[in-house]
Amino acid sequence: MTQTNSTVAIQPSELGVNPLLEITNLNVYYGESHILRNVDMGVAAGKMVCLIGRNGVGKTTLLKSIMGLLKPRQGMIKLMGEPILTRTPDQRARSGIGYVPQGREIIPRLTVGENLLLGLEARPGKGRKAEIPEEIFDLFPVLKTMLWRMGGDLSGGQQQQLAIARALMGKPRLLVLDEPTEGIQPSIILEIEAAVRRIVETTGIGVLLVEQHLHFVRQADWYYAMQKGGIVAAGPTSELSNDVVQRFLAV
Amino acid sequence: MTQLLESLFGGLSIGSVLLLSALGLAIVFGLMGVINMAHGELMMLGAYTTFVVQNAFKKTPLEGFYIFFALIAAFIVTALLGLLLERGVIRYLYGRPLETLLATWGVSLILQQFVRSVSWQFIAGLLIFCLLFFGAMGVLSRLANFERIRGWVIGLMLPISAAISLTISHILGQTYKLAVTNPWFGTQGVDVTAPKWLRGGLPIVKEYQLPYTRLFIIVLTVVCVLGIYWFLNKTAWGLRIRAVTQNRNMSACLGIPTATVDALTFAIGSGLAGIAGCAVSLLGSVSPNTGQSYIVDTFMVVVVGGVGKLVGSIVAASAIGVISYVVSSNALGPLVGFSESLKGLFEFFATASMAKVMVFALIVIFLQFRPAGLFPQKGRTVDA
Repeated sequence: MTQTNSTVAIQPSELGVNPLLEITNLNVYYGESHILRNVDMGVAAGKMVCLIGRNGVGKTTLLKSIMGLLKPRQGMIKLMGEPILTRTPDQRARSGIGYVPQGREIIPRLTVGENLLLGLEARPGKGRKAEIPEEIFDLFPVLKTMLWRMGGDLSGGQQQQLAIARALMGKPRLLVLDEPTEGIQPSIILEIEAAVRRIVETTGIGVLLVEQHLHFVRQADWYYAMQKGGIVAAGPTSELSNDVVQRFLAV
Repeated sequence: MTQLLESLFGGLSIGSVLLLSALGLAIVFGLMGVINMAHGELMMLGAYTTFVVQNAFKKTPLEGFYIFFALIAAFIVTALLGLLLERGVIRYLYGRPLETLLATWGVSLILQQFVRSVSWQFIAGLLIFCLLFFGAMGVLSRLANFERIRGWVIGLMLPISAAISLTISHILGQTYKLAVTNPWFGTQGVDVTAPKWLRGGLPIVKEYQLPYTRLFIIVLTVVCVLGIYWFLNKTAWGLRIRAVTQNRNMSACLGIPTATVDALTFAIGSGLAGIAGCAVSLLGSVSPNTGQSYIVDTFMVVVVGGVGKLVGSIVAASAIGVISYVVSSNALGPLVGFSESLKGLFEFFATASMAKVMVFALIVIFLQFRPAGLFPQKGRTVDA
């Protein structure tokens, strides 16, 4: 475990020469309250990175800043080497970030099929076919049977799978997941875990995950621990000892 | 029976005018949540476009069919104006309904006055001003330090362009006199005459015939409703619009260009106002105030139907239409012959303006019981 008192250096060996996502010195405020303090972090392609920390330390704020829903006061966010801070959320989605927000945000009065088709919007280039590829149903078979149901009528677990599938429709380079297991029954948590792990291994995209569920955290390759709006610890999840978990995960 | 049929068709034809004018508003107000007080003026401009197209087609072989070209022209003109309005004013006011209401009301006054005073001189001045001001802004914006000097440029270019364009239009007025200063339309109403094949009527029952113009409007309304339904439910842009209206932030995170969707939605709503204006011009003379007489009715239809539901607007427009007609034509009077006082009451309301009072009163009572309208929105409503 590499831990220092103030900030943690991004491990060059882990991130590779061209990191997928690179965040340096990010500072975000809500009005006058300082939410994110000097955040440095990164995600490499083909890796799953988990962000841990108790409630209210700024994990969701960090993800929202990556997506462009919040405007940082200071700092730099680069995707595949290009600065993206001036881009709007929809431009960032088309640059290759797939976002699965907290609470899933399924569009309620659109069918499951329509929700999935919306995922295609992020895919660059014209002349794309408006159909849902089989891989999506391989990952989440339950969706195939309910294409005509309204998104708002699905159960929480089904909505979560739909939200991940929708993000994958856009063929993102980076998948950002905000607490995908929150309020979901244990059997479906395992299914979602397996699906995310499979996505990382088969497609080689990067995954940035905010998670409280320890079993899921252990699936990740690398972790960053947050406290009071700053990153206070980082390292491979294999080195994630129980006392670190005690300290940074809400119980 | 005769009475019933008559009031049904009469009510339907009133309802179809209401629905046609409310359709655009149902999209702009219902789906986007923008209170556009200039909607009636967009209708009025659609009606004036019809008048212009009619005059352009006079004594040409296509004279009889000018109305179809007028419909297309009215849609395009008002849609472009709506686009300009959204990009220039409304997009800065999303999520601030009070400011939107005041700003669009101001726009509606500007549009009314524009129609009253527009002349060649006026247009020339306006064109020169736009050319100078926006041309200069366009050229200067290429400068590297433009953001820093922006305030200065605007402060300098605004009076200069205004002075030049005012002087030139004044000189034009001095040189060509009435030929250029004469307003195109003036404050008086103008008349659109229906093409020959739309005059007369379809006899439905004895003593009552449905005028062809009314029939034309009913058909036009059906076509527009079906067209909008198809557009919203079967096309890619329709899907985007439905997604953005339900969850703006998430739609943006999925890669939907929300700014383009807003502009497009507003343009289509405005274009529909233009088509409604074209239809309205067949019913009576068109003046700069025409829009005002429709704006309240159209908002009424959208609110009674339930904000955000096109089906609601359809039902509400027909219901309001039929009730207005039944009350104003005193169709119920003969049915209550047994009671003199009830008969007297119906007769009292049997004028156009009293019928309106009655309809308003009924709506107020109705909204006490169903504040969200006929078809209330389930779950979360429009955000902005």
